[in-house]
Amino acid sequence: MQDVDNIVNGQKLFLKPEYQEVLENKKQFESSVGATNPQKVEEIAEWTKSWEYREKNLSREAITVNPAKACQPLGAVMVGLGFENTMPYVHGSHGCVAYFRTYFTRHFKEPTPCVSDSMSESAAVFGGLANMKDGLRNCNALYKPDMIAVSTTCMAEVIGDDLNAFVTGAREEAEGELDNIEIPYAHTPSFVGSHITGYDNMMKATLEQLNPSRSERVEDEERINIIPGFEPYLGSLREIKNISKMFSDKIIMIGDHEEQWDTGAGEYKLYAGGTKIEDAKTAINAKTTISLQKYSTVSTAKTIKNKWKQEYVTCNPIGLSGTDAFVMKLSELTNKEVPNELKNQRAKLVDAMQDSYAYMHGKKFAIWGDPDFLLGMVSFLVEMGSIPTHVVCHNAPRKGWEDEMKAILEKSNRADECNIWPNKDLWALRSLLFTEPVDFMIGNVYGKELYRDTKIPLIRIGFPIFDRHHLHRYSISGYEGGINLLTWITNSILDHLDEETKDIAQTDYFFDAVR
Amino acid sequence: MGEETLQTQQQEAIEEVLSAYPAKAAKNRAKHLGVDSPEGVKGSCDTTRSNKQTVPGVMSQRGCAYAGSKGVVWGPIKDMIHISHGPIGCGQYSRGGRRNYYIGTTGVDTFVTMNFSTDFNEKDIVFGGDKKLKKALEEIDELFPLNNGISVQSECPIGLIGDDIQSVAKIHKKETGHQTVAVSCEGFRGVSQSLGHHIANDMIRDHVMPDSSYKKDFESTPYDVSIIGDYNIGGDAWATRILLEEIGLRVIAQWSGDASYKEMAIAPKSKLNLLHCYRSMNYISRHMEQEFGIPWMEYNFFGPSNTTESLRKIAAFFDEKIQKKTEEVIAKYTAMTDAVIAKYRPLLEGKKVMLYVGGLRPRHVIGAYEDLGMEVIGTGYEFAHGDDYKRTKEDLKRSTLIYDDANEFELEQFVKKMRPDLVAAGVKEKYVFQKMGLPFRQMHSWDYSGPYHGYDAFAVFAKDMDLAMNSPVWNHTQAPWEKEEIGA
Repeated sequence: MQDVDNIVNGQKLFLKPEYQEVLENKKQFESSVGATNPQKVEEIAEWTKSWEYREKNLSREAITVNPAKACQPLGAVMVGLGFENTMPYVHGSHGCVAYFRTYFTRHFKEPTPCVSDSMSESAAVFGGLANMKDGLRNCNALYKPDMIAVSTTCMAEVIGDDLNAFVTGAREEAEGELDNIEIPYAHTPSFVGSHITGYDNMMKATLEQLNPSRSERVEDEERINIIPGFEPYLGSLREIKNISKMFSDKIIMIGDHEEQWDTGAGEYKLYAGGTKIEDAKTAINAKTTISLQKYSTVSTAKTIKNKWKQEYVTCNPIGLSGTDAFVMKLSELTNKEVPNELKNQRAKLVDAMQDSYAYMHGKKFAIWGDPDFLLGMVSFLVEMGSIPTHVVCHNAPRKGWEDEMKAILEKSNRADECNIWPNKDLWALRSLLFTEPVDFMIGNVYGKELYRDTKIPLIRIGFPIFDRHHLHRYSISGYEGGINLLTWITNSILDHLDEETKDIAQTDYFFDAVR
Repeated sequence: MGEETLQTQQQEAIEEVLSAYPAKAAKNRAKHLGVDSPEGVKGSCDTTRSNKQTVPGVMSQRGCAYAGSKGVVWGPIKDMIHISHGPIGCGQYSRGGRRNYYIGTTGVDTFVTMNFSTDFNEKDIVFGGDKKLKKALEEIDELFPLNNGISVQSECPIGLIGDDIQSVAKIHKKETGHQTVAVSCEGFRGVSQSLGHHIANDMIRDHVMPDSSYKKDFESTPYDVSIIGDYNIGGDAWATRILLEEIGLRVIAQWSGDASYKEMAIAPKSKLNLLHCYRSMNYISRHMEQEFGIPWMEYNFFGPSNTTESLRKIAAFFDEKIQKKTEEVIAKYTAMTDAVIAKYRPLLEGKKVMLYVGGLRPRHVIGAYEDLGMEVIGTGYEFAHGDDYKRTKEDLKRSTLIYDDANEFELEQFVKKMRPDLVAAGVKEKYVFQKMGLPFRQMHSWDYSGPYHGYDAFAVFAKDMDLAMNSPVWNHTQAPWEKEEIGA
């Protein structure tokens, strides 16, 4: 029973003997093979760690177990929230939107505005036009946006709803209410690609639909666009803007969701920050667009390169060399020398790398995440002398990515120990970890179970991270982002070292106060 | 605040909210909003429209049928594997989000926190996913040999492209002898997660209930009961089970928090089904009554008043031996809960609460707040039906704002107008109200604490409410330079 002076919740409550008895009592009614036969469970558990199991596991064709990716509309919602006074609008069932909002809210610990038009059986039969007509008007009346960014769910895609016709139809019937509202729309079927595909499709649609045709383009020699991609680190957005500002005031981030997910206490603001719609509408006039995530902007790139005939470059400013390339690109595009402040920042990052390299050098890592995130992170691990032993990319692009990753791994002096695993899930990684173990893992919250099963320490970097607070506020990009990465990784390694050496009179001869 | 002022304020809040909508939507929403009071007058609980289509274009807090089936009813059955059949998203977003606690070796004999998906691509949509599903079922049995069955939880496209998953499941079951259930809980069905509960219950009725393989070896006692509609959020069902065991009953099944397939299959051997979440599992309780003659009883284990009343009601169904033991158990715990109340009531007395949760808690938890001297001034459900509102009326203690299927705009306006001391709702709402400097508790997940069912859990509840209401962090919302000068 609870002790009123020391009330405990489930964490300790269920350890009390009377609750242990309850759990024991329950077993007699449980499964015949499971809880009542611990030997069998132990035997199978051991088998799942074997090479034999690994082979079966890696040759799976139909079932995905513990994926490391999400679906298209999630990325589309992020794009919408990157523009000022914009409400993301998902054409489909509200169940999907409840999931998107929950998912982002749990990662950022911030509200996530997004509406749906609540399609159900009648929409499945008759199409979702009626929902869109009412939905856009209601959304406009309640939330007073300047822009409504419409994406779709798999339901709307399967029944073949035509957004172009629907949005036009809804506008016409709205008695003028929607006349001053921008309504870019994109088809984002959940059964194609992943959340980064949705980011790409919504970004491309927004830029195409907000901007004039190419014939009306007025090139602005100084204007540069930066598209961040599906970026869960708000600090990264901030840092990229800071670096850009050092070169020019005319470098504009397109799709800047930093402030939307980082608002202060005091009052609730539905919309916060975001790229100005005016700036989004003149994106076509820029001389160059830089994408920070090549594989999150594949089709956006096509529009910019082929339709706009604009210069389009990609930079991946994670780690030292990635940031160097980005900085040099800005310097080249703006014709300005690298400012002293950045030179200082770089020198500090290199200094920090030299301080800590010994703890990362030769350490084996497993890492998973989105394609561009992996290119940046693996590049940094290689720069530090680490060995990226298993690189898992569940949403690996068909073209180009593997070769790029291979080229980065080739720079490692132990490239033969590095493996690339495109299109594999985290249950596959579990087998890899048991058969070819590593020292540390880098990945999102889903690595938590891998940590429990394999005891390999998890360093949380990626998306989503639900079970640790405030990491998303930091940067993983730029020189300061490099220092953050170094801090997290090195100190996790040191924490682990302390953990291994803490036993009094056993291992504590290496329990040092100075590292 | 006087009762009359409160009522006026509540009426005004509704009018203000409705004025923001276009005419058509306003007309619709007016039917879902109202004020009710306990005095026996016909109020909003009798008239509120519920279980209807959500107005398009708003930020609804509702989920879908898939969420109701996979996320609520089937998902927590721990030794079965539940496949999210369709595109990758649904399974991923619902992974590990509900705190359905269980004991087992995850990935070997238990699978609740994992995500199994057929990860549809375009080809599957065009050519159908039946073949992929069949293969997936085979791969699962090979890689997870200790699974005690598989359920296939349909996502939206399955019903739309017309895949015959029922026959795939049937064939797999026939070939392997393994329980395999296809649940057609596509997200577009119905108006909320509620239909998913119903569909899930029906499939349990059709597939699990008729399975008598475990029943023959089962030895009954006169005191066998099952817990129905407890998802073991934060360990709720365990905190319930201990009390039932202490009064002399034997809990043979827990539905579906920490449930195993076998437990559910032997449930028809119960003498009494104890139903906590009425909304999600009244269907299967009614079925077991009709089919097996098992009576069922609603109970409420939130707060000591409700728990004591419910324990007595349960004991009354059994013999004097149980009733005597029940009184002893009540006496034993009452000493503790009285001490909890003595400690926390002075810190919480008179605080006003607004609730907005799923299909049970908006009424069930009222008593727990009242036990601590707090007052509920607004409550509503995401996906209740008419009978839920009728049941709510019994729990009202004063004039209460009632909102069915409230969206974020309405909630925000209601809260701004009513200025409660605490808002208790879900994670999507949490940060909206915290930004305003209002204490908040997540009442779907107990905000990563709990359990909240039963006597021991009430101590946790009281402690958590104090933590929420009396944290010094709320004093800092306003900057010191913004505060009015005192005595200047």
